[in-house]
Amino acid sequence: MKKTLPLLALCFVLLSSFMLRPLAEGYKVGDKATDFKLKNIDGKMVSLADNKAAKGYIVVFTCNTCPFAKAYESRIIELNTKYAPLGYPVVAINPNDPAVAPGDSYAAMQSKKYAFPYLVDESQQVAKTFGATRTPHLFVLSKKGSDFVVSYIGAIDDNSEDAKLAKTKYVENAMTEILAGKPATTKETKAIGCGIKWKRA
Amino acid sequence: MDILKSVPFAVGLLLSAPAFAQNIAIIKFPELQKRLARPTDTTYVVNFWATWCAPCVKELPNFEQLRVANAGKKVKVLLVSLDYASQLDKKVTPFVKQRGLKSEVVLLNEPDPNEWIDKVDGKWSGALPFTLIFNNKTKQRASFERELSVAELTTALKKFQ
Repeated sequence: MKKTLPLLALCFVLLSSFMLRPLAEGYKVGDKATDFKLKNIDGKMVSLADNKAAKGYIVVFTCNTCPFAKAYESRIIELNTKYAPLGYPVVAINPNDPAVAPGDSYAAMQSKKYAFPYLVDESQQVAKTFGATRTPHLFVLSKKGSDFVVSYIGAIDDNSEDAKLAKTKYVENAMTEILAGKPATTKETKAIGCGIKWKRA
Repeated sequence: MDILKSVPFAVGLLLSAPAFAQNIAIIKFPELQKRLARPTDTTYVVNFWATWCAPCVKELPNFEQLRVANAGKKVKVLLVSLDYASQLDKKVTPFVKQRGLKSEVVLLNEPDPNEWIDKVDGKWSGALPFTLIFNNKTKQRASFERELSVAELTTALKKFQ
């Protein structure tokens, strides 16, 4: 009888660790993000370390072609307007293979005039490292010392069709807590999006 | 003269007469969940798609082919559209009719995917297309967060038979 309690506890720990373990590859909240060097639409290379004033970043994998990315485009611009002055600018990354989605070519990306970088992830390695699977797919990074720590992963809000009908603004709620130096209560969310157009093997 | 007059009418009738038009039900998540949990020995092939998703549209004929190839067997293909309910009449119904989709199509009307994606499959991140194959009697299950060829679908389904 005495032995069953620790055994039960062990079972619980094993079970919960199994349930909490992320099944997909890529970052989970709390991981350090590896810096990258990607080409912006202006031809310049951009790294996380470049912007010394940044307290963090809102990294969003997005594209020109996905209807969900288009539906969220203005909301991504608003995130930058709101959070860049607070030290968390947006960095947009297009991971799609233009051979699969011609509308996502580097030339086509030039049509966007954002106040934030719009980078091309030509090798798709950054998307893979992050564990991005769809567009839009958003990652909030917070600077801790010289590291960038993943603080939120997922959706922007709970209504892709109409921003005005969104009841829960997931990323804004997370940002409020992150800016207050607290961990996000809802740190990971899921959303429907277009699967990233991976290069065909 | 009468014949001439009736020509536009007849043409109109021909154009409006559907060769096959299924009624697409708009469902909420609990209803889908109920269908996914049915304790039958039928193997379900459930594909989540949308008219706006190019790889999904490309992949849909593969599911039709799978359905035809398994006619008479205990295999059910269910196509769950994640288009907005507001697009049912404008986009989804005409699309299903034009493509002649005969597998059952339902439209899942839930604005917040974060509330239900994990309940469909914990491994699904939310990217489309997504396909779930399961048999509740044998408790077998497989899921794919990518486009599948006919060969891949056939191989995947074989493991259930």
